[in-house]
Amino acid sequence: MDNTIVATHDTHAEEHHHVSLPQHRHHFETEQQQREAGTFGMWLFLLTEIMFFGGLFFAYLLYRNWYNPAFVAASNQLSIPLGTVNTAVLISSGFFMALGVWAAEVRKKGLLVIFLILTIISGCVFLGVKYFEYKEKWEKHHIPGASFDISEFVNPPLNPKTGKPIEEPLAPDMAQKTQVFFSLYFAMTGMHALHMIIGIVLLFWLTWRAHRGEFSSGYVAPIENFGLYWHFVDIVWIFLFPLLYLINRHPGT
Amino acid sequence: MSSQYHDPANVINPEHAEHRIVQPGTYIAVYVTLLVFTGITVAAAFVDLHIFNPILAVAIACIKAVIVILFFMHVIFQSKLIKMTVAAGFFTFLILITMTLTDYISRAWGRW
Repeated sequence: MDNTIVATHDTHAEEHHHVSLPQHRHHFETEQQQREAGTFGMWLFLLTEIMFFGGLFFAYLLYRNWYNPAFVAASNQLSIPLGTVNTAVLISSGFFMALGVWAAEVRKKGLLVIFLILTIISGCVFLGVKYFEYKEKWEKHHIPGASFDISEFVNPPLNPKTGKPIEEPLAPDMAQKTQVFFSLYFAMTGMHALHMIIGIVLLFWLTWRAHRGEFSSGYVAPIENFGLYWHFVDIVWIFLFPLLYLINRHPGT
Repeated sequence: MSSQYHDPANVINPEHAEHRIVQPGTYIAVYVTLLVFTGITVAAAFVDLHIFNPILAVAIACIKAVIVILFFMHVIFQSKLIKMTVAAGFFTFLILITMTLTDYISRAWGRW
């Protein structure tokens, strides 16, 4: 009885080398198994995030159909150049993150730290641009609430050349519905920005650990799984940009 | 008996994908593709395609998202378990959207 167990132990003795590398904890059979378990868990978390942002996207889909004229007019308040630049900045940030994962895989500590810092910088540039976009909304009283100003939607400014309004004027009740657009705009871009702020905080921590050499001797999982999170945040923006900025950019045609 | 559960070399249940390091060249190609699609989506927004404007915008966004998921997030190189997990998640999300929409469409669509 007892010796059966001992015998099993003996036959598989070579498999029971109790290493405890961070990339191979003793309760995993192989490094690959640990790695896949980590990736699997990270994806389950990201799926809950998809459901979370999915609810916001669904609200957007519904209200955009209900109050389409208000959504068109309010969307045209957003700056396409700023939105496009920010999209490119965020894609660059994801690109640097992907290169960071590669640098960790090939165990190049210096490159990993550089790529993580570049990821942080582009993330901060994105948030900086977002700050100026929010500031403009604040100054124009386009933040939903008691001091929201519908005048620009009821009486759009005139085009100096043609003398016609640059935008289709809205009836006051429909103009009020631009608040629904801006509510969703701030909720969605705000939640996205919050995810980026959390990500940047984590990036500082990871950069410090990478600098200490923790991820340049075969232990890549924290960098790789953080990369999954960061790319997920990119994907959310990839959908937010056309849906919020590009609803209808050809008024009058 | 024990080999049924103890399979360090992954011979009996070879479910794990072989680990593969994605090279920077792949990332550069993906990066350029994403920037090109961003340009296309902005340009397309200024062309009046009526109902096809939002369809095209969402289609391009989906293409970009799939590229990011497959290459930046390495899903194309992962095991079947991970691929199924990701696919199942998006499928469930689509079910939620569709079922909720059927409710809204069948109750008050066009009467608000």
